[in-house]
Amino acid sequence: MSTTANETLTSPDLPKETDGKAQALGKKQSSALKLPTKESAAAAKRRERILTVLVPICVIAILIALWQILVTVNDIPHYILPGPGLVVKSLMSDWPILLPALWVTTKITLASLALALIGGGGMAILLVQSRWIETALYPITVILQVTPIIAIAPLILIYAPSTQSALLICAFVVAFFPILSNMVQGLKSVDHNLLNLFELYGASRWQTLIYLKLPASLPYFMTGLRIGGGLALIAAVVAEFAAGSAGAGSGLAFRLLESQFRLNISRLFAALFLLASLGVLIFALTSFISWWTLHRWHESSLKREN
Amino acid sequence: MVIAEQGSAETKTPSARSLKSSRPLVAMDNVSKVFSNGTLALSGMSMTVRPGEFISLLGPSGCGKSTALRIIAGLGGVSEGEIDWPSFRINSRGLPDGEISFVFQEPTLMPWQTVFGNVYLPLRLKGVSKKAASERILTALESVGLQDFAGAYPRELSGGMKMRVSIARALVTEPKLLLMDEPFAALDEITRQKLNDDVLALWKATGITVIFVTHSVYESAYLANRIVVMKARPGRVHSDFPLHTSLERDVQYRTSEEYRQACAEVSTMLLEAMGGEEH
Repeated sequence: MSTTANETLTSPDLPKETDGKAQALGKKQSSALKLPTKESAAAAKRRERILTVLVPICVIAILIALWQILVTVNDIPHYILPGPGLVVKSLMSDWPILLPALWVTTKITLASLALALIGGGGMAILLVQSRWIETALYPITVILQVTPIIAIAPLILIYAPSTQSALLICAFVVAFFPILSNMVQGLKSVDHNLLNLFELYGASRWQTLIYLKLPASLPYFMTGLRIGGGLALIAAVVAEFAAGSAGAGSGLAFRLLESQFRLNISRLFAALFLLASLGVLIFALTSFISWWTLHRWHESSLKREN
Repeated sequence: MVIAEQGSAETKTPSARSLKSSRPLVAMDNVSKVFSNGTLALSGMSMTVRPGEFISLLGPSGCGKSTALRIIAGLGGVSEGEIDWPSFRINSRGLPDGEISFVFQEPTLMPWQTVFGNVYLPLRLKGVSKKAASERILTALESVGLQDFAGAYPRELSGGMKMRVSIARALVTEPKLLLMDEPFAALDEITRQKLNDDVLALWKATGITVIFVTHSVYESAYLANRIVVMKARPGRVHSDFPLHTSLERDVQYRTSEEYRQACAEVSTMLLEAMGGEEH
């Protein structure tokens, strides 16, 4: 009994090691490989859960150790590649500089994402109202999307009242499109039979929107949210690179550039660490919102039952 | 004599109600329908639906059964001819205002709503509050045997149960006319028979008029008290006849000689309708 139990316990965990990191970032993976043996099933599940946390932590720990070894063995100077210890030190000592910068970047990212959600969602609803509105407006949004933001940024910087608002506009422009296009897709792919049903029951345009089209396009909206969240952060950083703002109101991107110029590589790594953390946090948050709103009914949030 | 010509004695059927006295529910007169791609889906179709009938609309695929049903429901207008709903309230667009329910081939449920929410939909669209609608919803669910599943989501139900929810949603408005477009075609035989029996029971209990589109001779012969066989390309009525039997439609009827004979007669009619295509 114990040997068979062990086999079923270990075999599903093996392939997990490679993608354990991705899983920790919030990817939902159905445990399709699980072989249910009555008593071991619960234990296997618990063990799997522990492993999905432990495995990525171990991998990261090993990578950090390798980094330290690389730096020590090759005697790499700290202005080229600082060791992990130095980065942590710099993260703590430069905290008064990095924290306000982190806050600025977070604010711009979240504010632009919120604007993009409202704007993209609203625009999508407007676009699907009539073919003519769509014909008139959609090409403009596409042009706005395909032009690299870094190329528009200087213009936006000139016309925007302040650097902060310019960054906000840049991040908004980038996050806006995936939300818009996903939402349009969602609003258009409503089940035709359900549309017929609403027509049969004499639903008004407004009722059809509220009770049918919006809920039906929620999964698409959530996809837009997850993509838009990541892109907003990227755009906020890219726009700040272009703006090159300095002083009190500057974000993490400026601190990155500044550290590079001053060859303060350990601070650069610290800023990078904060940016990555912010990105992971946004990803986790949007994934959670998506799961929370859809898990009761949508296929994407369900575990396979067999 | 199982199949009688139209107009002969109709009182033998236990479920036959006073058919002639009341106004017809729907009157289709020489209706043609051309789709936007140029296909002639219906050509000169005439049919009168009287209260209390259980009509089976039977025909080969592509004969315009579903199109005819949609026109009767007021979904999509006619290209030629006239359709009138003498017994219904008519809205500003000249279409029946409620009182007609539709059951599609698919359950057509909103996956984000519970069973309760799905059945509530027609009433919600009419502006009935949840509280006021609650009792009617539960009655409708009870009539299809799903009173214990009000809080379930559609994904948690089997195919047959989803179909029952769809029927409950159709019944919750207490319609005069129930249109069913091959409702059980996607279900397994056992579930299908059970649901057919349930629909028959509902028809007997409520006095609702049913038009049931199917391509199954056996289903037609089992359920209907009037059969309309359609011909394809273009869709039109081939034959329209009442189906009488003194027998209760139940398990015994399914195995009876009368049912066998009815199936044979209906089959002949269908073959005739399909044979016409080759000319």
